[in-house]
Amino acid sequence: MNFLRIKNETAVKREMIPDITPEKLSAETARMCNDQKRIVSLFGNREGAGVRIYSVLADDEISYLYVSSALVKEGGSYPSIAQHFLSAQLFEREIYEEFGIIPEGHPWLKPVRYPENAADKNLKMEEYPFFIMEGNQVHEVAVGPVHAGVIEPGHFRFMCTGEKVHHLEIQLGYQHRGVEKLMKEKDSVFLSESIAGDTVIGHSIAYCRAKEALAGTQVSDSAEAIRAVMLELERAGVHLGDLSALAGDIAYLPGNAVFGAIRTMIINTSLAICGSRFGRGIIRPGGVVFGIDGDMQEQINNTLDVNEKKIDLMCSVMFEASSVLSRMQTTGTVDKKTAEEIGMTGMAARASGYEVDCRADHPFGAYTHVPVHKRGMKSGDVFARAYLRYVEIKQSFKLIRELMDYNRNTNLIADMKPQQPSMFVVSLTEGWRGEISHCVITDKEGKIERYKIKDPSFNNWLALALAVRGNGISDFPLCNKSFNLSYCGFDL
Amino acid sequence: MFGLIKVRIMQGSQAIPDVKKAVLNPAFRGFPVIDAKCKTLDFEGDKVCPTGALKTGPVSIDMGKCVFCGECARQCKNAEIEISSSHHIAADSREKLIVKPGDKYADFEENAVAARAEIKRLFGRSLKLRQVSAGGCNGCEMELNACSNVNFDMGRFGIDFVASPRHADGIVITGPVTKNMAPALEDTYKSIPLPKIIIAAGTCAISGGVFKDSDALDRSFFEKHKIDLYVPGCPVHPLTFVNGVLKLIGRK
Repeated sequence: MNFLRIKNETAVKREMIPDITPEKLSAETARMCNDQKRIVSLFGNREGAGVRIYSVLADDEISYLYVSSALVKEGGSYPSIAQHFLSAQLFEREIYEEFGIIPEGHPWLKPVRYPENAADKNLKMEEYPFFIMEGNQVHEVAVGPVHAGVIEPGHFRFMCTGEKVHHLEIQLGYQHRGVEKLMKEKDSVFLSESIAGDTVIGHSIAYCRAKEALAGTQVSDSAEAIRAVMLELERAGVHLGDLSALAGDIAYLPGNAVFGAIRTMIINTSLAICGSRFGRGIIRPGGVVFGIDGDMQEQINNTLDVNEKKIDLMCSVMFEASSVLSRMQTTGTVDKKTAEEIGMTGMAARASGYEVDCRADHPFGAYTHVPVHKRGMKSGDVFARAYLRYVEIKQSFKLIRELMDYNRNTNLIADMKPQQPSMFVVSLTEGWRGEISHCVITDKEGKIERYKIKDPSFNNWLALALAVRGNGISDFPLCNKSFNLSYCGFDL
Repeated sequence: MFGLIKVRIMQGSQAIPDVKKAVLNPAFRGFPVIDAKCKTLDFEGDKVCPTGALKTGPVSIDMGKCVFCGECARQCKNAEIEISSSHHIAADSREKLIVKPGDKYADFEENAVAARAEIKRLFGRSLKLRQVSAGGCNGCEMELNACSNVNFDMGRFGIDFVASPRHADGIVITGPVTKNMAPALEDTYKSIPLPKIIIAAGTCAISGGVFKDSDALDRSFFEKHKIDLYVPGCPVHPLTFVNGVLKLIGRK
């Protein structure tokens, strides 16, 4: 058996994971991808003098995960999976950058994030090898790292003729803080909250679920319900902020003002529950620190009722305005085939018709009781990504109301048992951008040996680069905001 | 058009009338209050505080390192540490951010940001800021963006974020300052014409926050340049930022 079949958030003994040759790992991963499976993560872990490559795949239809591994010696190589499946390309580049293990035949072997622990100590950001187009009419536009707005830094290099963008290449790494190394040293929930500060709940749930699996600790239904409520509040809150920003970018000021004000109401609900507008301080290993009692439940319901009406009205006006539609429709299109090919995830993938959602595909926590129906669009343009946010806000509000039925506000936090030694767990959570994966390996003492984080932005930055092809460069900010990807989540 | 009129009527007036007097939900974790009698703690500060903000022997909480998680107050069995919801916690010096036993919020607030005539003269009516995220997790960035929304509306005080450092009167830094971003931060700061001020917004900018022990950071900027305003928070609350800046530019 070349792959071990496991489930989301279920820890297994490390020794159970198959150990096959690097050639076999590539071939079998490709074979599985040909047969319905999707790449969740490919990552390396230093083992003795070599590096063990792990391949983690998912079958979304039957809610199973598959893991296998191969040991590659220092400076060694394996046949690139990206030659056959583009969705592997960035993972292989990441392994190469950190460990120097070569993916033979990789079509685009370039730096990823210029980390502190890069294998090649001479790697310099100024020397990133951008793809250059030749020609008299071609001009190169460089944007960043510092951008016009109050936003994280990254570098965008456009190759244009006139106003039209032929190629965009995104070079990141400016936000690299060394999170994985810190996580190994400190094993801290506070760190998980700051991986991406707009996905506090998403990443802290992934962290806590991984820890709970490794410690064999059960979390109460009430705690799981409250966690899911916070996750959906986060999703709705950020989507509202995004709708505000998108409206601002197309100079539709009523939308900019109204969605911004409604977002305040939603995140102030998080504040009322746990003291933080971003949900910091509530998700902890074993459960949640703050409960939601009858009064709070009523307050939440009122807030959702009042604001849902406002959102419905504003969206009906905005999405019928011809000025809005003319900017958003057919702009920044990513078709379904491309979305699936490059391994897109989350809301942006669903807007292109590629419907992946780990709340439905690999249910975790309270989502095992409250089913999530996957919602998607077909056009894959800015309009689809904007409208789908509206659809998801309403879905989140509905989920919050249903989830609160599972909350008895008791046994909010369980005592954590000791973390088991030599275990492996994959913890998937559907953050508002898409699938978050935390793959954790413990050593012989039960301490963290490897903490591999994959933010959904890791899958989707390439989608932005492809989306702007053929569009005017002045539509870039709109396309960028329609994805709203995390720079720090990518850079780690 | 009638749809827009309906929206406008539905929204009413959204601006917080008086940002200085606005009160936050009591759940908000702001200024820590340490009882005057508190000499030691009945728990290990290092095990509880994620950033070393909490010191024992004698007890103090450094708001510049604090991520306002509230763990210390929760662990403190005899309630000698309480986290109040007071949010005017910006200060003009690093030392003022350290809260000691018996320190009262009212005294802190009175003295936190000293009026500087020169700053009031130059920027009292118009302060344009260039924001640089140097490793920020996007929490502070989102809250700084919120400062310009219809609720907090700092634009009404003449405070805005601008796109170019050439148009700016000062720089607002978020994030612990990564090695990869340090050159761009210095370049942006150099590009701002004199006279200019520096604001460090958020725990990461002030002290490195939860990332302070990372070897991927380069905080030499803070050794080279004098900071005019420190705004604590994880993330900063828009009202903390707006009130801190208003005090700095002499709009008491």
